Amino acid sequence: MARVVVDVMLKPEILDPQGQAVQRALPRLGFAGISDVRQGKRFELEVEGPVDDAALARIREMAETFLANTVIEDFDVKVES
Amino acid sequence: MTARIGVVTFPGTLDDRDTQRAISIAGAEAVPLWHRDNDLKQVDAVVLPGGFSYGDYLRAGAISRFSPVMGTVIEQAHAGMPVLGICNGFQVLCEAHLLPGAMLRNTGLHFVCRDQKLRVETADTAWTSDYVPGQEISIPLKNIDGRYTADERTLDELEAEGRVAFRYSDVNPNGSLRDIAGITNAAGNVVGLMPHPEHAVEPLVGTGRTDGLAFFTSVIKKLVNA
Repeated sequence: MARVVVDVMLKPEILDPQGQAVQRALPRLGFAGISDVRQGKRFELEVEGPVDDAALARIREMAETFLANTVIEDFDVKVES
Repeated sequence: MTARIGVVTFPGTLDDRDTQRAISIAGAEAVPLWHRDNDLKQVDAVVLPGGFSYGDYLRAGAISRFSPVMGTVIEQAHAGMPVLGICNGFQVLCEAHLLPGAMLRNTGLHFVCRDQKLRVETADTAWTSDYVPGQEISIPLKNIDGRYTADERTLDELEAEGRVAFRYSDVNPNGSLRDIAGITNAAGNVVGLMPHPEHAVEPLVGTGRTDGLAFFTSVIKKLVNA
């Protein structure tokens, strides 16, 4: 079975207060040198059958209509061997 | 004629009972609708109430938007049926693209629960005709994902077309762009807002104000005169 990973991130222009809260906590915890944090979502899909162009097209459709809200988020689809 | 107004219950909906009660107090018949039914029981209007449908999993409203009842609600909304989304219902309407934009985590990252002052911006919708533009009302607000967001072009369009229905006045509780608390579609039949009119319909409870009642009397007038 092949795994396809869909990463969903807020668009760059959208404010991410959760990422900011993480970034602000880092110096307190002794992790220096991180100027920005953006928080996103990762979906790991176990695909039955071959991950061909048709399967990938369906997964992109799934990401566009459901996994991501493209009003506020971008997504990226990767095949993991 | 008595108007029949449906109230959808999703798994995780909280405010369906209060919404049914508000509809009855306003003088219409409240009809419970179930998320798994695509039959709207011949109602004249639908309210999507607040709560945490499907636990807000994935994104608030993202899973409810694909429930069987929403297929029919979307179809009927396009045909002109009045639809009101309150809080989680507003999130569902945005996810269903019946209204533009999206709701994100409050900028303060806290769940906010307060009596919220709003300015009514338009009376030209099915749900706001009993208000006067510029009128200040106070109704409860309670959410964590209430930050209304849309791109600049969409925001400019909403403003230019008079489709910002409500704005937060005195305090912006969640970082919503341009202080937007509620919007309408171009036809004026679909309205969504984050605060809760259904919790402000009886003098005995809450702040003692009944500022939310006009949502329901507005739509009843429209339906009875139709």
